[in-house]
Amino acid sequence: MSQAATEIVRISGHAGSVPGAGLDREFRVCKLVDTTTCIGCKACEVACLEWNGYPFSQTTFDNTYQTMPETAWNYWNLIKFNEHEREDGSLMLLMRKDQCMHCADPGCLAACPADAAIVQYANGIVDFQEANCIGCGYCMTGCPFNIPKFSPAARKVFKCTLCNDRVSVGLEPACIKACPTGCLHFGTKIEMKELAETRAQQLRENSGFRDAGVYDPPGVGGTHVIYVLHDAKNPEAYGGLPKDPHIPLSVRLWKGPLKWIGNLAMLGGLVGLAWHYMRFGPKKEEEVPSDKGGRP
Amino acid sequence: MTPVTSRAVSHSGAGESGEEMIPRYTLAERINHWIGAGAYVYVLITGLAFWSPYFYWLAAVVGGGPVARLWHPWMGIVFAVSVFWMFKEWYGDMRIDEVDRAWARAISHYIRNEDEQLPPTGRFNFGQKLFFWAIFYSVILLLLSGVALWYTEALPWSLRYLRYAAILIHASVALITIGLFLIHVYMSAILEEGSLASMIHGKVTRAWAWTFHRTWFDKVGGGIQSGT
Repeated sequence: MSQAATEIVRISGHAGSVPGAGLDREFRVCKLVDTTTCIGCKACEVACLEWNGYPFSQTTFDNTYQTMPETAWNYWNLIKFNEHEREDGSLMLLMRKDQCMHCADPGCLAACPADAAIVQYANGIVDFQEANCIGCGYCMTGCPFNIPKFSPAARKVFKCTLCNDRVSVGLEPACIKACPTGCLHFGTKIEMKELAETRAQQLRENSGFRDAGVYDPPGVGGTHVIYVLHDAKNPEAYGGLPKDPHIPLSVRLWKGPLKWIGNLAMLGGLVGLAWHYMRFGPKKEEEVPSDKGGRP
Repeated sequence: MTPVTSRAVSHSGAGESGEEMIPRYTLAERINHWIGAGAYVYVLITGLAFWSPYFYWLAAVVGGGPVARLWHPWMGIVFAVSVFWMFKEWYGDMRIDEVDRAWARAISHYIRNEDEQLPPTGRFNFGQKLFFWAIFYSVILLLLSGVALWYTEALPWSLRYLRYAAILIHASVALITIGLFLIHVYMSAILEEGSLASMIHGKVTRAWAWTFHRTWFDKVGGGIQSGT
């Protein structure tokens, strides 16, 4: 890290403590989506398209306010609208901004076979490098959130970059910039987690949402996009947010034990065949006996 | 040498020793075999590249990752069509019978190259039949799981369990075929002299047929005296 050169550890001939020693620098960034203050205006959707240079594509009407059923290869930010009936019979319109969660333990990256097609930065951003992508779609199988999307024209997979290009020069992501209600926040992971917990506590204590909480799923090592939900016990109600997301078991088996068993078996097979040849040698033809037409 | 009367014994083809040869594979069988072999080697190289970072360099050999991804499924289809043609052509010869069960019980003799202690076999021995059926069923599984991997984006999220199943099945079955492939290449190209040549020229020596496929030797008239 370039900052390392400015962080002093020891000073010669210096009385007293070293300034800044023991400072714990937080590199990890986080986007906080407070679903309780989202009004579904879709400014974030537009800002995402504008910043990333994608045209507004044809939408699908399914009797809701939702722009399309799920995110697309050129539509990385989608507010999911869900009508939810509460226990007392009252209705809620739940709105959740869906995008890449930037998992600390990313399933897409675990599944990807192409060298450097997916990278995870120290700030937590998981970014696709399309130049290295081969379009196999394994990331789509590895992701527990249904985020990477295949472009048939490019034969590559795309998703939200958490505006890595903006964040790396000290700007907040485009969606955050556009949000008019302040339901979107951006900062360090520690700050955002604290802010989210404070907001959830407010909701529990002052607004009657007894189960309000923060969505930062530990199954994928936590995420760099976190939610405040009115009902953290039922994330599925927010347009299919998985309750306990993990990298799929089959992907873990495939990239874990199966890979080692397979590689050892292939190596063992080659060694075994070489051993067989040296031990038993080639199979020799026998002479055809004379009563069967062989030479007398 | 006087001409032999059996249709099955080749008049023209003579071995290096001047011995008459027996036709074993038709031209169509040989061409199909090598189409299948070429397609398999392609999906093997590209498949290994997708399998492990340590093999990813293999993708560069065949034109790079995106090209490998593009052609791997199509070559898989070529391989499958080749295997299905073999199925149509060899189904009768590949049926497993009583002799095969006896052969299977004596397989340790085969491994130790004590072929004279094995029951006489027809055109294909039990090992070859096992190889054939294992490849045949593997191809079906690879084809079904392969289609799911080919068009992952076409499988809706609600059917994602098919993606999960496909990824495990495709890799596991491919590994089984790699084991079969290694044994097949070793036995035919290295262990058993004359086998590789038979898939190129289509003919085997009478001694080869007598040693390794004695029932077939009798059936095709290999035992008919010639020149005596």
